Amino acid sequence: MEIAIQASGLIRKFGSLTAVDKLDLQITKGSIYGFLGPNGSGKTTCIRLLTGLLSANAGTIEVLGLSLPGETEKLRRLIGYMTQKFSLYDDLTIEENLRFIAKIYGINGHRQKSRIENLLSVYSLEEKRRQLARSLSGGQKQRLALAAATIHEPQLLFLDEPTSAVDPENRRDFWEKLFDLSDSGTTVLVSTHYMDEAERCHRLAILANGVKRADGTPQELMESMDATVVEISGDGLRQLKQALIQNPDIISAAQQGVRLRTLIRKSISDPVTWLQQQAELKLQNRDLRVVRPSLEDVFVTSTGNFLL
Amino acid sequence: MSIISRISAITFKEFKQLSRDRLTFGMVVMIPLIQLLLFGYAINTNVRNIPAGLLDEAQTFQSRSITQAILATQVVDFTVSYQSVKAAEQSITDGEVRAVLILPRDLDQRIVATQNNGATGDLTRQALGQWIVDGSDTIVAGAIRSLRSMPLNELSPGNALPPPPTFEVALYFNPEQRTAVNIVPGLLAIILTMTMILFTSTAIVRERERGNLELLITTPVHSLELMLGKIIPYILIGLIQMTIILGLGRLVFNVPIIGELTQIVLVTMLFIAASLTLGLIISTIAQTQLQAMQMTVFILLPSILLSGFMFPYEGMPKAAQWISEALPTTHFIRMIRGVVLRGASIQNLQNDALFLILFTVIGLLIATMKFKKRLD
Repeated sequence: MEIAIQASGLIRKFGSLTAVDKLDLQITKGSIYGFLGPNGSGKTTCIRLLTGLLSANAGTIEVLGLSLPGETEKLRRLIGYMTQKFSLYDDLTIEENLRFIAKIYGINGHRQKSRIENLLSVYSLEEKRRQLARSLSGGQKQRLALAAATIHEPQLLFLDEPTSAVDPENRRDFWEKLFDLSDSGTTVLVSTHYMDEAERCHRLAILANGVKRADGTPQELMESMDATVVEISGDGLRQLKQALIQNPDIISAAQQGVRLRTLIRKSISDPVTWLQQQAELKLQNRDLRVVRPSLEDVFVTSTGNFLL
Repeated sequence: MSIISRISAITFKEFKQLSRDRLTFGMVVMIPLIQLLLFGYAINTNVRNIPAGLLDEAQTFQSRSITQAILATQVVDFTVSYQSVKAAEQSITDGEVRAVLILPRDLDQRIVATQNNGATGDLTRQALGQWIVDGSDTIVAGAIRSLRSMPLNELSPGNALPPPPTFEVALYFNPEQRTAVNIVPGLLAIILTMTMILFTSTAIVRERERGNLELLITTPVHSLELMLGKIIPYILIGLIQMTIILGLGRLVFNVPIIGELTQIVLVTMLFIAASLTLGLIISTIAQTQLQAMQMTVFILLPSILLSGFMFPYEGMPKAAQWISEALPTTHFIRMIRGVVLRGASIQNLQNDALFLILFTVIGLLIATMKFKKRLD
C-alpha cells in the first residue's frame, strides 16, 4: 500500500493554545480520509499544516513523498485545496473562475479548454457557465470550488468542511463525485463535523482539542468503541437524563425522539441488568434495549462529553 | 430610555472594536500628531535660498559686489555659474536652478551711466542685469521679482541709485504667471499618488478579506508573479488618468504642453510603478481595507503638502526637505513639470528618474519578501 501522507509528532501552537498536539497520521493513496471533530478541534490547522500553509512547531511531515516545509513549492502542483469559504471570485463567471485557476496552474490552450468543458459537464455547471459566481446557490458554488480544486488533476485533494453550506441532496451528489475521484486514484482528505459524512470515509480520525482520539475505518471504530449503547424509552426522559448522567459509569445520555440514547462504559458487562439494578433510576417499567453503536456514539465516547 | 440604551449599546460596541484594531487606533493618534508637527514647520510660502545660477560676463569688482548684495538678501543662493546664456537656459530647463542672473559685459559702464543720470535727474536708464526665471511656480517667480527693484547702495555709498528697476526679469515658461500652469502637472502627481497607492494597497487586502488569498497561496503562483500581475492593470489606469488630466489641462486651462508625449508617458510610468509598489508594501502590512486606506492617507498628506505641489520645496526647512526627498511624488512633480512645462527630457532629469527606478525595485523586493506564501 502506497502512502500519500505520513506525519508524526506534529505540534502546532498559537500563543498559549496548542491547536494540534502530537499528531501521527498515515493516509494511504487513493483513499478518502476524514477528519471528524467539533469546531476548534484542530481540523483546519491540520489541513493547513499538511498543505504547507502553516509550519509546524515540531514533528515531521511527508506528503506525496515530499517533505515539508522544504519542498512545499513542489507539492503545490500536486495538491488541490478547497477552503472553508470556497475562495471563488464572486465577480467572475464560472468559466472565468475556472480559466483563471487553470492558467495559474499553467494549463493553457487545448488542454485548458478540454479540462474546463469536462469539469463543467461533470459538475453540471454547463448551463450556468456565464453566470457570476456571486449569484450561484450554495451547492453550485461548492461544485465550482471542487471543479477549480481539481482542474490540474491533483494526486491529493484537501477539502475543509466542504459541505457545511449545502443541502442534503447536494451533499449526497458531492460525495458521489468524491468517490469518483477516489476511484480514479486521487487521495482525498476531508474535514467535517457531520457524522453521516464521516461515515462515508474509508478511514477517519476523530480530533478533539488538537488531539487524535481515534483512528480507523468507521466500522472498526464502532466495533472497538469503549461503550455499550442502551436505548431507554418512556415518559419524563429529560428528568431521567439528569439522573443518568450523575452516574460515573454512564458516559452520556442524549434524547432522540421518544428514546434516550445512553452510553455505558464497556467495563459493565451486562448493561441492561446493571441499569435496572440502579434503584434510584426506577427503570423497572421502562423498555431498555442494547442497540448497534453509531459513529456519533464513537465520537461522544472518544471526545469525552462534547455537545454537538 | 430604550433609545438611549440602544444607542449606547452601539456606541460601546464601536469603541470596543476600535480599541482592538491597533493600527486604526494608532492612526487616530499618529495622523494629527505627526502631520501637525510636520506641516507646522514645513508650510512656508516665504521662500528663501532659491537655487540660482550666475552668468557673470563682467567679472569685475562691481559685478562681485552686486552678487554679494543679492546673496545678502537670502532670496537666492548661487549654486552654479555659467559661461554662456545657452548653458544657463539649459540649466533652468533641467530644473537645476530656478533662475539665472546675467550680469552683462558692460556692467561698469551701465553703473556709471546710471549714476550720471541720477545726478542730472534723468530717470531713464538701462537695467544693470537680467534675471531669467522659471516662471512656472508663481511663488518662486514672485520672490525673484521682488529683487527686481532692489536698491544697490553698496555700489555708490551715500549716493543711492535712482529708483528701480535695477534688473530686468524674463519669465520663462509661464510669462502670464497663471497658477494653473504649475498646478495641473502637479495635480497629476497628486491624483496618481492617491489612486495608485489606494488601488494596489486594497487589491491584495481584498483578496485576503474575501478568503481568496488562502486559495491563491496554495497554488504554484510565486510572490513576485502575484505582485507584478496585480500592478500591471493599474499602470493602464494610471495612464488613462494622465491623459484625462493633461488633456483637460490643455483644453480648459490652456496649460502649455511643451514636452514630447513619449517623455511624458515614460516619466509618468516610472511614477506609476513607484506608487504601485508603495501600495503593495502597504498591502502586505494592512490587514483590512480600512487600514490600507488610512495608511494611504498617511502618505498622501505629506505628498500633497511637502512635495512642492502646494508650497515650493525651497521654502521648507532642511528636515522637511529630507522627508520630501523620500517621497516619490516630489521626484515626479519635478520631472513632470520639467517635461510638460519646460520641455525637459528624462536625460535632463536623471537623478529623479533614478530615484523612482530604485524606489520601485527596492519596494518590489520588500513587498515580495514581506508577502509570505504562508498563513503564519
